[in-house]
Amino acid sequence: MGSVSANELILDDLAEWLRRYAQIIDENKTYLTELDSAIGDADHGANMARGTAAVVATLDQAQSIDALLKKAGMTLVSTVGGTSGPLYGTLLMKMGMAAGNVVSLYPDQFGKAFRAGIEGVIARGKTELEDKTMIDALLPSIDAFDAAVADGAGLHDAIESAQQAAAAGRDATIPMVARKGRASYLGERSAGHLDPGAASATYLWDALADVTGA
Amino acid sequence: MKKLINSPDSVIADALKGIEASDDNVRIDHDNRVIYRREAKDSGKVALISGGGSGHEPMHGGFVGLGMLDAACAGEMFTSPTPDQMLAATTEVDNGAGVLHIVKNYTGDVMNFEMAAEMAVDAGVKVETVLVADDVAVEDSTWTAGRRGVGTTVLLEKIVGAAAEEGLDLAAVKELAERVTANGRSMGMALTSCTVPAAGKPTFDLPEDQMEIGIGIHGEPGRHREPIADAKSIAKQLVDPILHDHDFTGAPVIAMLNGMGGTPLIELYLMYGEVVALLEEAGVKVERNLVGNYITSLDMAGCSLTLLRADDDMIRHWDAPVRTAGLRWGL
Repeated sequence: MGSVSANELILDDLAEWLRRYAQIIDENKTYLTELDSAIGDADHGANMARGTAAVVATLDQAQSIDALLKKAGMTLVSTVGGTSGPLYGTLLMKMGMAAGNVVSLYPDQFGKAFRAGIEGVIARGKTELEDKTMIDALLPSIDAFDAAVADGAGLHDAIESAQQAAAAGRDATIPMVARKGRASYLGERSAGHLDPGAASATYLWDALADVTGA
Repeated sequence: MKKLINSPDSVIADALKGIEASDDNVRIDHDNRVIYRREAKDSGKVALISGGGSGHEPMHGGFVGLGMLDAACAGEMFTSPTPDQMLAATTEVDNGAGVLHIVKNYTGDVMNFEMAAEMAVDAGVKVETVLVADDVAVEDSTWTAGRRGVGTTVLLEKIVGAAAEEGLDLAAVKELAERVTANGRSMGMALTSCTVPAAGKPTFDLPEDQMEIGIGIHGEPGRHREPIADAKSIAKQLVDPILHDHDFTGAPVIAMLNGMGGTPLIELYLMYGEVVALLEEAGVKVERNLVGNYITSLDMAGCSLTLLRADDDMIRHWDAPVRTAGLRWGL
């Protein structure tokens, strides 16, 4: 770590981001599975841990940010399965496509790429806010990131704003009634539980904050 | 947990070896976990692919062969297969006439098949998709993931498989498939939960004196739970919501009384007798039927009922020859 130049994310930082994300997922896989057993099918932690571990094995090969993220996305799609595979896979693949064949991103470029990834997830999942999904954490987080960057915040500060917004969005899923995925079969009974996808999505910003922190 | 397995991690790989050894209708790509129909491609025939989580056998692998599927993708236990498996299957079975993806309506299956279809179209393959969403236990609304795909899938694979065998083109095959899904309805119940090998314990607790009405095929909860009752009243709890949802009078009906995996055949026959009596009372005429384990949920005890409001076309395709591990007649 520590390779982050003041206000830029380079290829190695993004590889480090995904490594740190895999670590956080692994540390929390039991917790994620517990969240999923309340309103889903009790496999979110195990599936994400399997997929992110497979991603870590691909990270040294990439020569550009788009190659890194597209490969990571494809790996998630083919190893995670279920709904999380296509959704997280789409997030990283679309982010990579938007980032392009480059080796570093300024904050505004990173925000643009991340937003493109989130829009990909919304299209793939046909999801909107308050469906009780990962979008409830992701959409407010990217809005907060972009707003902070527009206000002249540095990279790490903008990431921390996004991290806080993601956590608030995640916690706001607790009272929601699920309208997508297996949790929606439960109807009103899905209220009162935190959405596991919103929890694992928030770790994306936690990982990025760790990597860009001093 | 007591199961005939070597280890929870190798259940699917080990089972695929056994399927290959036992079923001479199929060959298996073990890397991609795809079960293919063995005989050479018949040029000009629309190819049919399905797939889903494992644990529902004989669906889908047991329906690969003459008159039904050309390939089936096996996912992890109760987890959708991935787009790379489906893409491999799609490009392998296509011989120019196009490929129909038969997808059960679960968010994961829908997304993975959608990605595979996009990739296959990029690779120059004509792909159409039919979505099965027949479980009346789930309220259908724009605010949920919609009805689950269950028993109608089996009937659809048989009927549409025969139509493809007959030489219908992709548009006609898809149209027939949509007519089947529009006219099929299912309802299930459980006497016990099921045990996923990796979890090692039952997915939900169901006390000895209770049953779960309106279950899915993954141990997900049903509509409600109530004290166990006699077969006659359980049959009524399956028949009523189906007849309430769709008109099954005035047309030939195909009925399937399906076991969830852990219920003896004698109980399934008994239940079928009760169901048919109720259907007769309601003026529903069953022309064809299946009784047995066709779309299961591991070791769950219980059953589901599927009714299809058929037409002469569908009955003719139903009667056409089929040779698969799961269904075999007319040859």
